[in-house]
Amino acid sequence: MLRILDYIKKNQSPFFRIGLLLTLVITCAVLISLFYMPYSPTAMDRASRSLGISLRHPMGTDNFGRDIFCRVLYGTRVTLLIALGTVAIGTTAGILIGALCGYFGGLLDEIVMRINDALFAFPSILLALVFVSLMGTGNLQLVLSLGIAFIPSFSRIVRGEFLRARSMDYVLNARLQGASHLRIMFVHILPNIRGVLLSSVMIGFNNAVLAEAGLSFLGIGTQPPFDSLGQMLSDARINIMSEPRYMLGPGIVLILLVLGFSLLGEGLRTKT
Amino acid sequence: MRAGRRLAAVCIMCLILTAALGACTGGRNGGDTSQQASSAQGASSTADSGESASDAGQTDAAQTRDDITIGIPQDIDSLDPHAARAAGSREVLFNLYEGLVKPSSDGELLPAIASAWTISDDATVYTFTLREGVLFHDGSAVTAEDVVYSIERCADPEQPDTFQSALEAIESVSVTENGEVEIVLGAPDSEFLAQLTCAIIPAGNATPAQTPVGTGPYKYVSHAPQQNLVIEKFDDYWDPDHAAHIRNVTFKIEADVNTVVMELKAGTIDMFCRLTTDMYTQLADDFTIYEGTMNLVVAMYLNNAHAPFNDARVRQALCYALDKEEIFDFIFDGSGTPLGSSMYPSFGKYFDASLNDTYTTDIDRAKELLAEAGYENGFTFTLTIPSNYDQYVDMSEVIREQMARIGVTVNIQLIEWNSWLSDVYGGREYEATIVGVDASTMTAAAMLSRFRSDASNNFVNFNSAAYDTAFANAKAAVDDDEKTAYYKECLTILSEEAANVYIMDMPNYVALNPAFTGYVYYPLYLMDVAALRPVN
Repeated sequence: MLRILDYIKKNQSPFFRIGLLLTLVITCAVLISLFYMPYSPTAMDRASRSLGISLRHPMGTDNFGRDIFCRVLYGTRVTLLIALGTVAIGTTAGILIGALCGYFGGLLDEIVMRINDALFAFPSILLALVFVSLMGTGNLQLVLSLGIAFIPSFSRIVRGEFLRARSMDYVLNARLQGASHLRIMFVHILPNIRGVLLSSVMIGFNNAVLAEAGLSFLGIGTQPPFDSLGQMLSDARINIMSEPRYMLGPGIVLILLVLGFSLLGEGLRTKT
Repeated sequence: MRAGRRLAAVCIMCLILTAALGACTGGRNGGDTSQQASSAQGASSTADSGESASDAGQTDAAQTRDDITIGIPQDIDSLDPHAARAAGSREVLFNLYEGLVKPSSDGELLPAIASAWTISDDATVYTFTLREGVLFHDGSAVTAEDVVYSIERCADPEQPDTFQSALEAIESVSVTENGEVEIVLGAPDSEFLAQLTCAIIPAGNATPAQTPVGTGPYKYVSHAPQQNLVIEKFDDYWDPDHAAHIRNVTFKIEADVNTVVMELKAGTIDMFCRLTTDMYTQLADDFTIYEGTMNLVVAMYLNNAHAPFNDARVRQALCYALDKEEIFDFIFDGSGTPLGSSMYPSFGKYFDASLNDTYTTDIDRAKELLAEAGYENGFTFTLTIPSNYDQYVDMSEVIREQMARIGVTVNIQLIEWNSWLSDVYGGREYEATIVGVDASTMTAAAMLSRFRSDASNNFVNFNSAAYDTAFANAKAAVDDDEKTAYYKECLTILSEEAANVYIMDMPNYVALNPAFTGYVYYPLYLMDVAALRPVN
């Protein structure tokens, strides 16, 4: 904990600072919303349909009289959870595959990486689309599809790092001392490449947020009424001419969210 | 990768900024936002009005405009007129195919391929005189053999139950010595004529889905699945009074209804038939708007074979929990036709408005019924909605709230239209769904035959001996009053047994590019493209 605080103090990059601030504010808002929300995000109210921006409703209400601010808070929670799950699956599998291929090399590396390259040929959102159509809709399926679609990019980054580290002195040294392969891979190499890993996780997180928003925008994401930010944006399109306000809240939060993580990733990369 | 991400971020930023600036004017006035916003829209879309001005300039030139693009909310499930199941397919195929008779816009049956007919007094023998000089799109003349082939093909039990179950009653179809077509029924059926809107195709055409040839005012050109269907004016159409005015017609499939308003404004489609209230208010200034009803029975259809919906008390409880007025207010700005059974008002004599009052919103009564059925703590069910129908998605969200009031939890699941057709409608693998059911012909039987216990299209698995009897009596009755009475009995059973949670017939707005005119409403789910013409 102290080391993290220390790191934050030392990192002077303005990117990092702004990114951290944005991310913290949004995360705190979402954490608070777990315990308290002024309105339920699904409660409809005929009397307060399509209200403008006011103190009671900081982002107004939608055509069902639901408070958009609360819906955005809830949507951010959904979006963050999906992104988190996606990155968890993507990094875990990516690190395992990348480490094995990078460290051992040889035929295994050739085969796995060629498959990887083939998957790379498709944009990850297209891959996710294929998985969703195979597995059906739902939040769990969404996380699985996106997670699987993210494995190739992670494993490629990790493989590159392991390939580089493999011939470094500290690794050779460890090997001479008789350390097992697994120990070398995960105790010696992995901590040494954490900088690269961390920033690519940030970027991956970002891409996951955008990919989820994209899928939801295409109508195969979250199920109503528990909409993610992307789903909210998609639903707001029907009113784009008469009530552009519906797009405003989810759109701005989505931008800030992505911007925050993006800057954070950038800051981490420049420092380490 | 990074540059791409930044670019994407910048793009989204620009988009939101535009929306933000547009919203500023709308947001200032808290109370009257919709008015404000629409005037803000007028002000901020100067580029748009510039475009419509040039559009207006083109109208003179557009007098000779002979192409139109019509947006439709779903793809055609089959070009085979006897196999198409979806109402959205039939409304398009209506322009390609004709039967011996065809429906008119006031609900009557007009002679089409048959020029005249006689019905025996006991309503068992129907004799048709074929019209001279009716040509198929491939140039061949319609013969009595074609008619016999088509009717027999349509009556084949392999076909879906659009006309099939009604045509199954046919004992024989034959050509008489003076070239007339004689249809003999096994039992009297005074409504049978309406079934003969079933399409006539050339004899021997076993695959009309690949070679769609009919006699309609338009002929088939091409079909790109999930994209469009192109049809062209048929020059040798038999009826000069109802020949097409516009030569090239493209049906563009709009799987995502959210973009329809933008497409209409941008001019990529000229007409869209099933606008929601939200969409209509955004288009009223720039388009000719026709107002009518959808002619659908929109309901939360329940899988009656699935627990707990196999218990009538549970179904009734859901009906008591429903608040139709609230749905009208939230989704249709207060307008809408409440329904209490499987019949809509355009049907005239069969519609029984008193059935709307079978259930009035009563939360306590609903809870009582649930408790009687053993669900005092409520239950959870999945509501499957075809995602291309925005109104049904909206309704599902409102109904979810209403059901929560009696302790019933609803999980909404959106699925794509084709999956809906195969899994829900065809496979009956669902708990509940919201959809609009239409009538294929202007007969009560077309609406009600599906609820017979053994009907092949009884997708709600409704099972009631009393209903089956009443329906059979209605079919057998020759006297019209008696028939109507039996059909009303059917409707009462559906309502009292709460076969489904009946909601409404929806208001329907059609937006048409002002360069065209002539849209006509039918009491059926049909779109008559031949009636459209350029403005003179």
